[in-house]
Amino acid sequence: MEKRNLTCIGCPMGCQITVEFEGEEFHSIKGNSCAIGDRYARQEVLKPERTVTSTVIVIGGAKERTSVKTKGNIPKDKIFACMDEINKVRAQAPLKIGDVVVKDVCGTGVDVIVTKNCEIA
Amino acid sequence: MLYDVIIIGAGVTGSAVARELSRYKLNVCVLDKEEDVCCGTSKANSAIVHAGFDAAEGSLMARFNVRGNEMMGDLAKDLDIPFKRNGALVVCIHEEAKEGLKDLYNRGIANGVKELKILNREECLEIEPNLSDNVVAALYAPTSGIICPFMLNIAMAENANVNGVDFFFNTQVEALESFTCEKCGEPVWKIRTNNGEYKARYVVNAAGVYADYFHNMVSEKKIHITPRRGDYCLLDKTVGGHVSHTIFPQPTNLGKGVLVSPTVHGNLIVGPTAVDIENKEGNNTTAAGIADLIAKANDHVKNLPMRQVITSFAGLRAHEDHHEFIIGEVEDAPHFIDCAGIESPGLTSAPAIGEYVGAMLKEKMGLTEKEDWVGTRKGILNPADLSLEERNELIKKEPAYGRIICRCESVTEGEIIDAIRRPLGARSLDGVKRRTRAGMGRCQAGFCSPRTMEIINRELGLPLTEITKSGGDSRLVIERTKGVEA
Amino acid sequence: MTSYDIVIVGGGPAGLAAAVAAKKAGTDSILIIERDKELGGILNQCIHNGFGLHTFKEELTGPEYAYRFIEQVFDLGIEYKLDTMVMDISTDKVVTAMNRTDGMFQIKAGAVILAMGCRERPRGALNIPGYRPAGIYSAGTAQRLVNMEGYMPGREVVILGSGDIGLIMARRMTFEGAIVKVVAELMPFSGGLKRNIVQCLDDYGIPLKLSHTVVDIEGKERVSAVTIAEVGPDMKPIPGTEERYTCDTLLLSTGLIPENELSRNAGVSINPVTSGPIVNEILETNIPGVFACGNVLHVHDLVDYVSEEATRAGENAAKYVQNGCKEQEGGHVIQLKATDGARYTVPCTINPERMDDLLTVRFRVGAVFSNAYVSVYFDDERVMHKKKKIMAPGEMEQVILQKKKLAEKPDLKTITIKIEAE
Repeated sequence: MEKRNLTCIGCPMGCQITVEFEGEEFHSIKGNSCAIGDRYARQEVLKPERTVTSTVIVIGGAKERTSVKTKGNIPKDKIFACMDEINKVRAQAPLKIGDVVVKDVCGTGVDVIVTKNCEIA
Repeated sequence: MLYDVIIIGAGVTGSAVARELSRYKLNVCVLDKEEDVCCGTSKANSAIVHAGFDAAEGSLMARFNVRGNEMMGDLAKDLDIPFKRNGALVVCIHEEAKEGLKDLYNRGIANGVKELKILNREECLEIEPNLSDNVVAALYAPTSGIICPFMLNIAMAENANVNGVDFFFNTQVEALESFTCEKCGEPVWKIRTNNGEYKARYVVNAAGVYADYFHNMVSEKKIHITPRRGDYCLLDKTVGGHVSHTIFPQPTNLGKGVLVSPTVHGNLIVGPTAVDIENKEGNNTTAAGIADLIAKANDHVKNLPMRQVITSFAGLRAHEDHHEFIIGEVEDAPHFIDCAGIESPGLTSAPAIGEYVGAMLKEKMGLTEKEDWVGTRKGILNPADLSLEERNELIKKEPAYGRIICRCESVTEGEIIDAIRRPLGARSLDGVKRRTRAGMGRCQAGFCSPRTMEIINRELGLPLTEITKSGGDSRLVIERTKGVEA
Repeated sequence: MTSYDIVIVGGGPAGLAAAVAAKKAGTDSILIIERDKELGGILNQCIHNGFGLHTFKEELTGPEYAYRFIEQVFDLGIEYKLDTMVMDISTDKVVTAMNRTDGMFQIKAGAVILAMGCRERPRGALNIPGYRPAGIYSAGTAQRLVNMEGYMPGREVVILGSGDIGLIMARRMTFEGAIVKVVAELMPFSGGLKRNIVQCLDDYGIPLKLSHTVVDIEGKERVSAVTIAEVGPDMKPIPGTEERYTCDTLLLSTGLIPENELSRNAGVSINPVTSGPIVNEILETNIPGVFACGNVLHVHDLVDYVSEEATRAGENAAKYVQNGCKEQEGGHVIQLKATDGARYTVPCTINPERMDDLLTVRFRVGAVFSNAYVSVYFDDERVMHKKKKIMAPGEMEQVILQKKKLAEKPDLKTITIKIEAE
């Protein structure tokens, strides 16, 4: 049986969770104060995911960069591959919050979207 | 081109000499290894215009200090720089040390310092309530003052430049050699630098902590200058009124000791320590130094609000082994003039040294004055000095004066543009800072750095990746994100 | 002189929420004054996610969170001035401001809401010894350069201080190809949120060294190395524990200071613990009609709480101007005290007549407490005793007071918040 100590990031409480598991089977999850913690612990052990936030190059915009994020979580081990894709983007102004700049980034099924409006220069 | 005079060093001494020489029909240039004027000893010191009671009677230090102090009022007016005679107190905290105060008084009188007075405990506390509870008496020197050391240096250099003196920066002198001119039979100096060769009839060595290096290149009579490091703390303007006079302990053989003083801009300065080092570039602060100066300052001033420190820094004094200025033509190197060993009271003395060297060369070279020399200069406009109406008039004409860039010191874009565009203008963040005070306040440039960089970028056409803090490789940002060129 | 019912100084999260709330509460004449070229304040450079879980029940990035409020400001037709610096606020609420187009101008305000936010503590305030080369940035300045201007301050980074911005920047610089070598924290605990330590440091194998500080900075022109050392219980470096890291950048994330120069000049009393104004139950300072909210009042951990607090400030300011700029009469003043591990409270006083039915009192603790109790005393009587698994200085705590409970104690003089072991 494997044992992992995690800090829950579901909310600012930061519960210290201890997980005991074997393969994909969970023996115990302790220390969380709500269901988010339970879900986080299972997820973090089996399939860790993160949201990636960064910036992209804007062409013809009032600013040369605008901010973006993955619309949802992507597998943790795809973060840097995702950054490589984000770095290649040349987005044409104007840009609005929610505009997709990378579709289905790295085959994750998740889009990279704009998080800050950018007007035309 | 053959210059009449080349000055090595664009610090306060070199700039004072340059300004004096700019009066005459003469080709003069100043060489400095840094990217701007005022980058060595001149930028990191106590900023005090000393009264002149410290220096030994009959010394050059005493003579130039007292004369420099005398000159400072008019000079500050002519050059439009802030200067205030706030008076100094040398505080005695031991009954048995009172004799020393008397000696200092007598020395001051002998040096020609005016208005000196010894105050008893009550008189001291009346004019300076935050003196240590142990104070027993003090020497009061009303002629002592506070000045902006950057602006004094910059203004003299700028004024010299406007009157025809060339300045070459990022130009490091590597070798000096003299030969005899075939035509006139006079000595001529050949100066090799990283930026090519310069020639001059006369060389003035105003190289601060490096003055011994150049002197020893040309003379068998060696001199030795030790960089004497001094750590300082600068405190927020909210506590600038903790003392109103410059407060000194009684001097020791290591110098005037740790002073506590308001600055002319309204901060409080505490320092310096005195540590002799080898490295002529070693202006790093140390934990021990800062701790030491705080402990010492507390000896003569009480309740020092050290939590209000906004920055600490260190300066190097050019300490000559005999603790005396070396000024004049080097005996075995004709036409090579030293201004060496310029440590405290060097800032005060600089205008007097300039005057002296100017007069000396006038006589030696038989110089005549220019008819069109302009001895005054207008400083960077401080909009805070204007009335609301005047200010709005200005903003209407120059909207940049309506945009605050440095919130801590209330510096507008207009002032920064002026600092960049004027003669010998700023090219770096520190250059802008020394001219306008942008970045010198309590947030220490956290807010204004990116904004000032944008202005430098626009005004000088320098890409952001080439803008430096203070020249050389002190680049502020190194590349664009996303791995692109621009 | 032009006049507005409410002038809000600062168009960041606090100012925006206050403006929206005041407008919704029925006050039309509102002006937001913002010094930057757009609304949103510091959120514009906080491009990471994690904002808004409480307010919008979803995770937003800083710019998205800000835009939720900016949109409302647009929709409600609230006036604002950009690129405008407030130069002075007088005790009688005349606001002097300046910009390129209007010049220097004055506005008579019925009420003023202070929402200027905070600034970062610079190197100088920390007395870090060493040289003063390029490459030393506060984390927030670096954040602006990287996220908004698109420039990298350096490639090899050491970070001093584990405040949230420092942690966020550790990840951000890593994403942009820099190597973050270590994060040193003077205290034996982190000043940042847990999730940031996990997601910004642990995820990328960046070591966090608690009880460590920078003891030397090398490099004459550009930073070339930074030496850190362990500190003892006296916070002094322990000789022999030095570790030298070659790097070209040192980021500082060592604390935020509410930006109250304008408040001080106006005569607002400042709490030395928070460096923010002393306010009462309606978030009003000692000057009637001058309110404060957000990080200028006390440094918050989450923007959601800033919005919530600012909403109250906006509503209260609206109430004040609608009442003819007069104080609501009646009641008495109860002092709030923080002791035994609790460092401060916001508000500092409560008038039970004027308080809402439920009043959130926010505070921070001065050390890490595990399985300790938050206790509330009405004078000497303990009226609340709540166990908390963990409390840390990096995270804000709160207790909620009920108006009806206070009404039961007409002679109540002091409410004390303490952290108790049992």
